[in-house]
Amino acid sequence: MAHDVAIVGGGVVGCAIARELSRFRLRVLLIEKECEVGAGTSKSNSGIIHAGYHAGNGTLKGELEWAGNQKWDTLRAELDFGFERIGELMVAFDADQVAILEKYRDQGLRRAIPGLEVWDGERVRREEPAISAAVVAALHAPTAGVVNPYEVCFSLIDNARANGVDLMVDSRVTGIRRDADGTFAIAVGSRTVGARFIVNCAGLYSDEIARMAGAGDFVVRARKGEEYLLDKRLRGMVKKIVFPCPTPESKGILVIPTYDGTLMVGPTAHFVDDKEDRTTTAAGSDEVFRNVRRVVPGISERDCIAEFAGLRAVAAGEDFIIGPSEVKGFINCAGIQSPGLTAAPAIAELVRDMLQDEGLALEPNPSFVPSVRKRVHFATLSTEEQIRLADEDRRYGRIGCRCEQISEREIVDAIHAGARTLDGIKFRTRAGMGRCQGGFCSWRCMELLSSELDIPMTEITKRGGGSWIVCEREEGDDA
Amino acid sequence: MITDEIRHLARAYDVVISGGGPAGMAAAIGARSQGAEKILLIDREREAGGILWQCIHHGFGLHHFGEELTGPEYAQRYLEEVLENDIDVLTDTYVCDISPERQLKLMSGRHGIAVVDAKAVVLAMGARERTRGAIRIPGERPSGVLTAGLAQKFVNMMGYLPGRRVVILGSGDIGLIMARRLTLEGVEVKGVFEIMPHANGLNRNIVQCLHDYDIPLHLSTTVVDIHGRQRVEKVTVAPVDGALKPDLSRAWDIDCDTVLLSIGLIPENELSRKIDLRLDPVTSGPVVNSTMETSMNGVFACGNVVHIHDLVDFVSEESVLAGRNAGAYITGRRPPKDNIRLLPGDNVAYCVPHTLSSEREHIVYMRVRKPIEKCSVRFGEVLEKKLRYVFPAEMVNIKVKPQFLENFHGDALRVDVVQR
Repeated sequence: MAHDVAIVGGGVVGCAIARELSRFRLRVLLIEKECEVGAGTSKSNSGIIHAGYHAGNGTLKGELEWAGNQKWDTLRAELDFGFERIGELMVAFDADQVAILEKYRDQGLRRAIPGLEVWDGERVRREEPAISAAVVAALHAPTAGVVNPYEVCFSLIDNARANGVDLMVDSRVTGIRRDADGTFAIAVGSRTVGARFIVNCAGLYSDEIARMAGAGDFVVRARKGEEYLLDKRLRGMVKKIVFPCPTPESKGILVIPTYDGTLMVGPTAHFVDDKEDRTTTAAGSDEVFRNVRRVVPGISERDCIAEFAGLRAVAAGEDFIIGPSEVKGFINCAGIQSPGLTAAPAIAELVRDMLQDEGLALEPNPSFVPSVRKRVHFATLSTEEQIRLADEDRRYGRIGCRCEQISEREIVDAIHAGARTLDGIKFRTRAGMGRCQGGFCSWRCMELLSSELDIPMTEITKRGGGSWIVCEREEGDDA
Repeated sequence: MITDEIRHLARAYDVVISGGGPAGMAAAIGARSQGAEKILLIDREREAGGILWQCIHHGFGLHHFGEELTGPEYAQRYLEEVLENDIDVLTDTYVCDISPERQLKLMSGRHGIAVVDAKAVVLAMGARERTRGAIRIPGERPSGVLTAGLAQKFVNMMGYLPGRRVVILGSGDIGLIMARRLTLEGVEVKGVFEIMPHANGLNRNIVQCLHDYDIPLHLSTTVVDIHGRQRVEKVTVAPVDGALKPDLSRAWDIDCDTVLLSIGLIPENELSRKIDLRLDPVTSGPVVNSTMETSMNGVFACGNVVHIHDLVDFVSEESVLAGRNAGAYITGRRPPKDNIRLLPGDNVAYCVPHTLSSEREHIVYMRVRKPIEKCSVRFGEVLEKKLRYVFPAEMVNIKVKPQFLENFHGDALRVDVVQR
């Protein structure tokens, strides 16, 4: 039997739509080409829930940024991921930039965003002593927050699945046609799955998916952003997200105190031709650290523990493309660049309404459960709770990753929740994300993957595909 | 925070040692020799001995035991001495925190969460390896980029290879040892690339691990790009100029499936930071006095957690001293206070300990910044020691006897290593 809705792409937007649709009596299928959800743009971004004032009026971005922002508290309460409204500062170095701050403040005030204030330089440095003495003013927005974007994806899909959504991973859509009875036949490798409606959330490849169905000829380009993570001992050096005054292409190089207490600096913003080009570059590193030091002079390359690059999916005109296409029942959700993460919960509701307009009947799912079981973050519990848990299961007492203080039991739980790779464990638990970057824990995580999934060590990968970690000792051909 | 409600593991201890590697084991034995009765050695692995178990090559023990041992043999000798000395060894346990009253919070696969009280604590957590992020190697992020020590674990402890065609970045000792080890396993080692104009490992390892196996060492050359979406496919290397800037016009590609990093060690001081010990920005380890006591009363430190050693024999030597002083501390015998600060001067990166007493004999460990031949180590005007050569990769250790210090009346002594 065909599904009612097939969602192509398991980034944060696809996952949020899947979860939203799981409120209704529908057969929903999410198809993801990677071995885990959230593995593309949703994993490699700044993890910011924007304050709501950035995107201009008259754009979908502007409409959905603030609408999305307001939904994150509920989402967090239901789905248990790292999110905190730490606030942001957009800083100005001269009077021209102060005028820009005021323009943004007024844009925000028209949207009734609470708490927007322009601070003078003295106030800025009282609150954030690490900020440069050259900063003359800053726009403070308490509504901005930071989130662990990969955790959001895992939580959304876990909840969606618990409410009946089907998930296919390692599944690349290779063709879409319409059958005589009006349902879509979606080729996924050698298999074909059927669906009455399709939502295209394929990120960088959403243009290709749309063309497969004749549902749009827009083009999505990749704009790369390099980010650099700094050692956790700098925790507290900067407490709020710090932006320079933005340019039309990007919000500039930021200082981001991530939810987990690591400072992150970046991202760059440069178009690349190759949609898989996630290289970091010497030029990108120079650009990030040079620019960020203008705002926070104490930040140094020496504190870097890791770096990565992500690709924004950018459509012509820079706005989101969300809506029905010329093919009835096929909805595009494309060009979801910043503030796409912020907007995702609002996009999900918008798409739900669009599906209804296209003829999808929405009948409430009586067994819908909005929450997931809370994950244990052992290191953050009180000693009394730690004692109780470790007495129940000694694997809570055994350290798995010591940089991030993750117990073995948390790693095993992540494997049971679907992690099949080292990255899967890392993004679910933070094991391997700290300053030793897996030097100490990766072999332990590999042993756990091997024993829990009953697979040989040589089949364990970093992130699926050909990303193997170790090979057999005997001489011979690579297997 | 550690509270009183928590049940105790066993009882209070005289000396508790965090880390059961070579430093911790030697400290335990040192503490026993000075009359400490209840001693607890804690290690996070299932067996004490630390990194020695995976160092199956020989070259350990020449200074300390007067014979050449493998890492496991060296560990075994110490471990037997620890057990003969009736020292409690608690493995599968991690020290999470230490309160100002020296109560330790433990996370244990055997005992769950527990606390123990200690009259003295010795920190012996060792070091970790620097990673790709620390030097921001540009390129893609495939699997197959790993530290040499992790590769050593895979090969020697788990029986797997990290890859079949390997490039080694950095000429630290672990990388050199792994170049030979992997060659013996039939792995093709394409070369060792070192950004500095001199090698970072011991000369004997350059000869025995590279020269003897015809593995090329490319000095003043570094990896400037890593290629491969899933697994490493090749790297681009390029020579660097005097300012360490790569000359990309002279870059070349090397096919490989693995990049091993041997780019240095960093003392593992999470716990030291948590309890606010004073740290030396150069060593990244705690500031210690001549008894190896840190800025926190009754908390001592030794081995790689203080500064990176080249030879385990020197770790043992330093750690026995730390253990002895921890033992003396709990019996109330406190040596005279240090009265001289050491100031690293010309071509001296750091000195350990950071202070000396003019009434005792000391061994001062130091590292130079650049190689010099025919040189002298000078402690102000009071002591000059001639050396044939100094080399950043080889720690310099100088015995300082009280007779040299008795006529010195200042409070700070500058240490220089200069050409003769």
